[in-house]
Amino acid sequence: MTLDQLEKGRICRVTGFASGHEDLVIKLREIGFAESDEVELMHRGPLGAQPLCFRLNRTLIALRSDEARAIQVDAAQ
Amino acid sequence: MSRLRIALVGAPNSGKSTLFNGLTGGRAKVANYSGVTVETRTGWLQTPGGTEIDLIDLPGIYGLKARSTDERIAIDLLCNGRDGEAAPDGMLVLIDAAHLRTHLHTVLQMRAIGRPMIVVLNMIDLAERDGLKIDVERLQTELGVPVVTSRATRATGRAELLACLDAETANWQTRSAAEDGTVCTTDTDLSAMQREARGIADKAILFEPVMNRLTRQVDNFVLHPIAGPLILSALLFFMFQAVYSWSGPFMDALEAGAAGLGQLAGQLLPAGWFHDLIVDGIIAGVGSVVVFLPQIVILFLFILALEASGYMARAAVLMDELMLRVGLNGRAFIPLLSSFACAIPGIMSARTIDNERDRLTTIMVAPLMTCSARLPVYTLIIGAFIPPDTVGLFNLQGIVMFGLYLTGVVSAVTVAFVLKRTVTKGSNQVLIMELPTYKLPNPRDFFLSLWGHVAAFLKRAGTIILTTSIILWFLASYPSSAATLRDSYAGMIGSVLEKLLAPIGFNLEIAIALVPGMAAREVAVGALGTVYAIQGGEENVEGLASALQGAWSLPTALAFLAWYVFAPQCFATLATTRRETNSWAWTGFMFTYLIVLAYIAAGATFHIASWAGL
Repeated sequence: MTLDQLEKGRICRVTGFASGHEDLVIKLREIGFAESDEVELMHRGPLGAQPLCFRLNRTLIALRSDEARAIQVDAAQ
Repeated sequence: MSRLRIALVGAPNSGKSTLFNGLTGGRAKVANYSGVTVETRTGWLQTPGGTEIDLIDLPGIYGLKARSTDERIAIDLLCNGRDGEAAPDGMLVLIDAAHLRTHLHTVLQMRAIGRPMIVVLNMIDLAERDGLKIDVERLQTELGVPVVTSRATRATGRAELLACLDAETANWQTRSAAEDGTVCTTDTDLSAMQREARGIADKAILFEPVMNRLTRQVDNFVLHPIAGPLILSALLFFMFQAVYSWSGPFMDALEAGAAGLGQLAGQLLPAGWFHDLIVDGIIAGVGSVVVFLPQIVILFLFILALEASGYMARAAVLMDELMLRVGLNGRAFIPLLSSFACAIPGIMSARTIDNERDRLTTIMVAPLMTCSARLPVYTLIIGAFIPPDTVGLFNLQGIVMFGLYLTGVVSAVTVAFVLKRTVTKGSNQVLIMELPTYKLPNPRDFFLSLWGHVAAFLKRAGTIILTTSIILWFLASYPSSAATLRDSYAGMIGSVLEKLLAPIGFNLEIAIALVPGMAAREVAVGALGTVYAIQGGEENVEGLASALQGAWSLPTALAFLAWYVFAPQCFATLATTRRETNSWAWTGFMFTYLIVLAYIAAGATFHIASWAGL
C-alpha cells in the first residue's frame, strides 16, 4: 500500500517509491525518506484533510496526499 | 597567508545560524523554519590557536540536487564558487543530533565533494535530554572524517569544535578560483548513499527513543484538525491587538519627549529660518515617525518568536489547504507572514518556493500584506478619528486596525486567485516540509535579530525621513513671500496632484505629503507632521493628531486608510521586486495594479462614507 492510506497510530516501514516520478522521489529521498525507515501518521490537516504530518524515524515531515502516494509502505505491523 | 574560507553547511533547522552567531559574533537572521537564510553571510573568527577564518553561512540544503533558488545558490557556491570567488577551502557540516538517522545521508553527499570537512553533531545536549545515545567515536570511524559535538545551550559547547578547527585546519589549504569548475559532482547515487547512511546510523546510534515528547504533545493541540486553525486565528488576532494596545504608554512617552524637545529647541534657538528648520522640519518630521518604534518592536517580537520557536512551520501546514485553493501553496505562507513585518525580506524569502510561477505570484501579492511601515500611518489616523470605545471584549480602534490587516489579506488572496488563473497559470508545486522540534529561542540570536530590524527602522528615520523632512520643509516654507501653503513651492507641486486626488477626497496637504511618501510609506506621516507644523505655527502644540482632526473630514480619513492598504509607496520594495524577478515588466505590473486598486478603494471609501453621512 502507499503512505497516504496509512491510518493514524499505525507504524509501518518504507518499502520503495513509485516509478515515473523521479523529481518527486529525489525530493522525498533528500528530506530523508528511505527504504526500511519507520513511518507513522501523526496529524492530519484542518478538518481532517491535507496536509498529512508523518513521523519519519524521529523527524516530523508534512506532505500532501499526492506526495504521500509516491511512497510505498508495508502494512505488516 | 590569506584566511581560510570555510562554509557552514547543513539541513534547514540544523542550527547553522546560531552557530554562526556564536562563532563570529556576527549578525545573521536566525529562525526556525525551512530556508530562512536566503542570502549567504560571511563572518570572521580567530581560533584559540590563531588561525583566521572567514565563515560563510549558507542556505539550508539536504543534498546536492538543487530545487529552489536559495538551495541552488548554496550548492553552486559550495561546488564552483560564485561571482568570481573561489569555492570554500573546507566545510563545517552541521547535523542536528536529534535527527541523525534521517539526515546522515546529507553528510555523505558533502563528503563526496572531496573537500576537507569537519562534521558537527549539533545540539547534542537536546538529543541526549530526549534519551538518544550516540557513539560519537564510532560515527567518526565509520564516516572517516572528524566528528565533534556541539551544545545548543552553552558557549562552552563550542570549545571542542574550536580545538578541532585548530588541529584540522593546519593541513587545509586556501584554494584559488582557477582550481574550480570540475571539482564537484552532484550526480550522486542517492539511494546507495542512503543505504550506507542507514548502515552507519545503525552502528553509531546506541539507543533511539521515538520522538521528542514535548513536540508531540504540543502538536496534538497545535495541529489538531479543529483546534489548530482556531489557535492560529486567535494568535494572529492577539498579536495585532497587542501591537496596538501594549505600545500605548511607550508611544505616549516618546511623543511627550519629541514635543518637549521641540519646545526646548524652540526656546533655545533664536527665531529665524534655522529655528523653523529644526522645530518644524526635523523634530516634527522625524519625531512623528520615531514615535512608532514601540509598535515596530512588539510586532517583530511576535514574528521572531513564532519563527524561532518552530510554530511558523505549523502555521504553514495549517494554511496549506487554504492557500492551495487560492492557487498558492503552504510554503508561500512563510514569505507572506514575514511581509507583515516588511515586504522586502518576504519577497526575498519567496526564493524557497521552487515553482517559478508560485514564486512570482507570491512576490506580486507580498506588498498587500500590511507591513510595519504602514503602522505609523494607520495608528495616526485611527488615533485621531476612531473613538477608543469598547465593543464587547475589544477596543474599537483595535478592531479597525484588524479590519485593515484583514482587507490586505483578503485582497492578496483575491489577486493571487486571479493571477493563478490568468498570467501565472501552471501546475502547483509539491509540499514537502520538515516541522522542527519546538525549542525556546536562543536569547542572543533573538535580540540580535530584533535589533537588526529596529536599527533598520531607525536608520530609515535618520536618513530618508530626515532628508525628505528637510527638503519638504524648504519647499513648504519658501518662497518667503508665500502667505499660505498653496503659494509655496510644495503647494504649487501639490495643487497639480490635488486635481487628480480631489475625486477620492484628498486635500492639498495629503497631495503634498504623498510626493515624498512615494519613497517609503511612513515618510507621509513625517511629511504631514512638517506640513501641519508649518501651517499651525505656535498654536499647534497638541501634535499632529489634533491638527488632523481639525483639518480632515471622517470620509477623507477613511479614504486615506483605504489608500494605504494598497498603495505601492516603497522604493525599496520595487527595487527588490526588480532584482528578484529580473523583470521591469513584472515590477511595472506590480506598481500599476496596486496604485489602481489604491485609487479605486480610496474613492469608493470616500463616497460611501460621505453618502452614509459619516
